[in-house]
Amino acid sequence: MFSQVSAIIVINIKSIPERWASSLVIVVGLAGVVAVFTALLAMATGFEMTLKASGRTDVAIIMRGGSDAELNSGMDRDSTDLIKHAPGIRMGSDGKPLASAEMMVIAELIRKDEVKDGANITLRGVEPAAFALRPQLKIVAGRNFTPGLRELIVGRGVLRQFQGAEPGKTLRMRGSDWTVVGVFDSGDAYDSELWADVNVARTTFGRTGSSSVLAALDGAEGFDRLKRSLAADPRLTVDVMRQQDYFSGQTKQFRRTIGVLASVVTAIMALGAIFAALNSMYAAVAARSTEIATLRAIGFGGLPVLASVMVESLLLALIGGLLGAAIAYVLFNNLSVSTLGQNFTQVVFSFKVTPGLVVRGIVISLIIGMAGGFLPAIRAARVPVVDALRAG
Amino acid sequence: MTRTGFVIANMFRKKTRTVLTMLSIIMAFLLFGLLQSLSHIFNAGADFLGATRLVTQARVSFTQALPLSMVPKLEAVPGVARVAHSQWFGGVWQTNTQVFTFAVDPQRYHDVYPELVMPEEHWKAFADTRTAMIAGKQLADQYGWKVGQRIPLSSNIYPQKNGSKSWAFDLVGIYDGKDENWKKQTNAAFINHDYFDEANQVGKGRTNFYILKLAAGSNAEAVGKTIDAMFENSPDETKTQTEKEFNLSFIKQIGDIGLIVRWILFAVFFTLLLVVGNTMAQSVRERVPELAVLKTLGFSDRSVLGFVLAEALVLCLVGGTVGLALATVLGGMVGKATGGRFQLPVDAFVWSVGFAAILLMSIAVGLLPALRARRLNIVDALSAH
Repeated sequence: MFSQVSAIIVINIKSIPERWASSLVIVVGLAGVVAVFTALLAMATGFEMTLKASGRTDVAIIMRGGSDAELNSGMDRDSTDLIKHAPGIRMGSDGKPLASAEMMVIAELIRKDEVKDGANITLRGVEPAAFALRPQLKIVAGRNFTPGLRELIVGRGVLRQFQGAEPGKTLRMRGSDWTVVGVFDSGDAYDSELWADVNVARTTFGRTGSSSVLAALDGAEGFDRLKRSLAADPRLTVDVMRQQDYFSGQTKQFRRTIGVLASVVTAIMALGAIFAALNSMYAAVAARSTEIATLRAIGFGGLPVLASVMVESLLLALIGGLLGAAIAYVLFNNLSVSTLGQNFTQVVFSFKVTPGLVVRGIVISLIIGMAGGFLPAIRAARVPVVDALRAG
Repeated sequence: MTRTGFVIANMFRKKTRTVLTMLSIIMAFLLFGLLQSLSHIFNAGADFLGATRLVTQARVSFTQALPLSMVPKLEAVPGVARVAHSQWFGGVWQTNTQVFTFAVDPQRYHDVYPELVMPEEHWKAFADTRTAMIAGKQLADQYGWKVGQRIPLSSNIYPQKNGSKSWAFDLVGIYDGKDENWKKQTNAAFINHDYFDEANQVGKGRTNFYILKLAAGSNAEAVGKTIDAMFENSPDETKTQTEKEFNLSFIKQIGDIGLIVRWILFAVFFTLLLVVGNTMAQSVRERVPELAVLKTLGFSDRSVLGFVLAEALVLCLVGGTVGLALATVLGGMVGKATGGRFQLPVDAFVWSVGFAAILLMSIAVGLLPALRARRLNIVDALSAH
């Protein structure tokens, strides 16, 4: 029995090149499905990875209650001072609480492939502690801004996607000129921002308060202590979140949108591919009908014939799936793009074609191959021997 | 048998194959319709918006509010007929659903947007009631809001004087659009700016956008330049665009998604071309002897070519039409399900692009087999069997 199965499978696979045109339909069809599926999910994965990398569990972000995003939040000086001196915050090397009150506003920059339409970019005014709170952030070109001066440092991602922010250039905001003096790299969402001294930013943008406070937590208990004490203070209405939770919360919407898009597109394409695969496999069975009838006449069973058709279909599906994943990898992996994030500003991120995605794509292609091969395989197993031989 | 009958009969020669090919084409055009509609949104934006209105925002970003003291200055600019303003409220319905809510001056907004229709007494109620709110028809339908109800709405930005972010407004009217395009723009709610300004805790006397209605015959670009020059070098520098440009730049913020969609379309089409092309080629291969017989009977080379091309056209036309029809239905369902916040209209434009694609595809997949059928040598074809 087993030898029968393997014998037929080998014969069948060797004959695939004779039917290359219809086999190509399956391979190309599935390569298309898998490439689209993988590319779409690689986009969602890349976005998620960028934001996840931005957040630490030993750092908390505090915003005005019910704000959801820094853009919507605002707290006055008294509140941020109270927050900074709350229990649960770790002391810095200078003996002061390691916390940075930051102000976020939106500036517009023009995308590299655009002429005039501006895109929203986060401009973050920071206190000196901001750098100690984000050790992953390094100045990679030029120098840091000088406190008190209208100077900016720009994230790598901004530089990659938008024009006019190169070191040495000046940006005009609210009637005053800002000089770009350096570039920083943090490998996460902060790469999509412009940074400046918070006090200078406040003056320029006519604000007095801050959008958020970022604070280092003191040990494992730090978060709970900080949260409890801020909740108990009647002078404050704030939300306290671990920085990582804040950033992963922002990926939900995007993940869901891309997830829906990917499932709808993949489902429709997969159906189309199944119909195409059915067509090709029926054709393949028809082309082999004399061969199959001969095998049956000399004593081969129906099951090995069925298996051979299924294996052909699965093999072609596998090739198609691998090809599709390869196309997605070559075209899209590490492709840098940007889209609107929760703060209504651009988040620059790269597509990530991960091994997990490739496996999922190939599983999908095998399922399609199985669906497309099954009915033709049954027909093959039932080829009426006498008729087929006579027709041949 | 007529020629048409012959083409149709040929298609049913192998029912399974025709049906399966047809289904592939239907799926492809279903996807084509939906994606083309999506792509159209990114590329064209709102075509129906003319250049009769300008939008003025802070140059640095529209999230930076402009002072209301600019109203008389803007009104004094030659060519500006009426000035309305609109402030983003950050409305949140129930736990976490964002509602596009803007604080406006009711009378000014009504004057600048005659396309939004509502009985005059409702407009009057909106202007006269401090805590009034009006909602678009799509929005009201989605949440079952009725005129006379008090709508609780929180703001994720603005606390009231007492520190609470829970607001409530009296729904005094439901507006609709004057035509098909504007009916799709009825997914926002408007509240009274006077009340908002008085009750909210932070940032008085400011607004995110000015919408300027232009006087007849005035030059939009020149007016925009005059305005931006007026505020140059002030802390409130402005950027003035036509309403259409403003909408487009807003959509473009979403970024490179349009590009990705085009890539998918390309992949789908390439795949489809191969699938259908191969089926056609196969069908002609199998019929070589029949075609030879036709030629023997005296059918010209050209009519044999015509038969094969016609078959490809019928296959693509039927499959494509059904696919586009399905896309229209599905796109409409998406719009309904999201209360108009996400529109996927498979409209006349998408259909015309779709038909162009159907024609192109018929030729692409039919031509090679058809040429082969035309070149067929009778003697060789018959003797091979």
